Amino acid sequence: MNRVEVVLCDYGAGNLRSVSAAFARAGATTVVSTDPVEVLEAPLAVIAGVGHVESAARGLEPVATAIRERVARDRPTLGICVGMQLLFDESEEGGRGLGLLRGPVRRLRASRVPHMGWNALALRRDTALLEGLDAADVYFAHSYAVEPAKGLAIAEVEHDGPIVAAVEQNALAGVQFHPERSGAAGARVLENVLRWSRNA
Amino acid sequence: MVKKRLIPCLDVAGGRVVKGVRFESLRDVGDPVELAQRYSELGADEIVFLDIVATVEGHGPTLELVERAAEALTVPLTVGGGIGGLADARSLLRAGADKVAVNRAAVDDPELLGQLAAEFGAQAVVCAIDSRRGEVVTHGGRRPRGIDSTAWAREATACGAGELLVTSIDTDGTRGGYDLELTSRIAAAVEVPVIASGGAGEARHLAEAFEAGAEAALVASIVHERPERLRELKAELREVGWNVRI
Repeated sequence: MNRVEVVLCDYGAGNLRSVSAAFARAGATTVVSTDPVEVLEAPLAVIAGVGHVESAARGLEPVATAIRERVARDRPTLGICVGMQLLFDESEEGGRGLGLLRGPVRRLRASRVPHMGWNALALRRDTALLEGLDAADVYFAHSYAVEPAKGLAIAEVEHDGPIVAAVEQNALAGVQFHPERSGAAGARVLENVLRWSRNA
Repeated sequence: MVKKRLIPCLDVAGGRVVKGVRFESLRDVGDPVELAQRYSELGADEIVFLDIVATVEGHGPTLELVERAAEALTVPLTVGGGIGGLADARSLLRAGADKVAVNRAAVDDPELLGQLAAEFGAQAVVCAIDSRRGEVVTHGGRRPRGIDSTAWAREATACGAGELLVTSIDTDGTRGGYDLELTSRIAAAVEVPVIASGGAGEARHLAEAFEAGAEAALVASIVHERPERLRELKAELREVGWNVRI
């Protein structure tokens, strides 16, 4: 099997070291890049996320066109945490996302915010991305969450009400949790993502 | 529902893991990355590195150690100790820490919490509060600050902290149980998750901390002696109905 080359979009405030190491463990080669051509051409592009959505959106500007272009061409693209929120429209945290998926990003309404820690995925439909991960515990750390248009959510978790944990539309996907920090379950997610990107 | 977390805390000094009672008489208990990986295998929900010498000696924690740990670990890593300001916190987060725990620098300048949250998101900003008899102390417990711990907890979260690591100097290292009064008072006063710290000796103590409103419990000496204890603690908590990750 060919090693998938993964481009991690660099927007300054990301957790790229841990994401990069996790993809390497899953069998991919990774490059961190701010080069629009590299981002456009990569077999898999990842917008990893730790950060404030507004500063992240600003940092992502140099590669925003390249990301839009690759999504238009159905090239596999994954957003992680804030990176997933950036795929959507307006955020209550401030700023606009890429608008590639429909729905707002809203502040969580729960007894404890941020939603911080391990929570069990409930799959909402069959998907290669999350195969074998129903009821698996994965790690979350966020105060805002996407409220996607109908049909986009592929998994939810419960935290004083449902929170969308993953979305998928054609070759574009997002996970609200951190696979790079979710132990064996997270590793499984990344292996699925690599397989999914090869077949997309 | 989100699960209650058990978080081994590795007190780091000079690149090694140490443990002392009431921040005194430190002894060497191993390599931070090796120990963190071992705990991760045994079910640790997160790992905390606290550089307990940095604040006292006025230098930041070792970035090289954080880089090594960030690559090796598959659970979240929080790093604290000696964070003097925005630049230190930024270097640690860029080096791969998932969260930074700010203590004295936040007491000196609460706006630092807001600056960090604006750049990295509140979820990456932990305010570490050391408390003695309800009063905030800094510099490894040596300096009383004349601020009520609960009032500071409230202010810190209003400023931007996304989580509080509440250590009672009165119970730390004693293994006699967490400071439940302090934990419950602060947990009731804020919306963000509270990590109880200082005094874990048995599973019952962790259950008490969760009962008091803590979302997570820091464990140190109780697991450093025999890391397998971590797995047992989780099993024991699960047995009595606590929602923990096995």
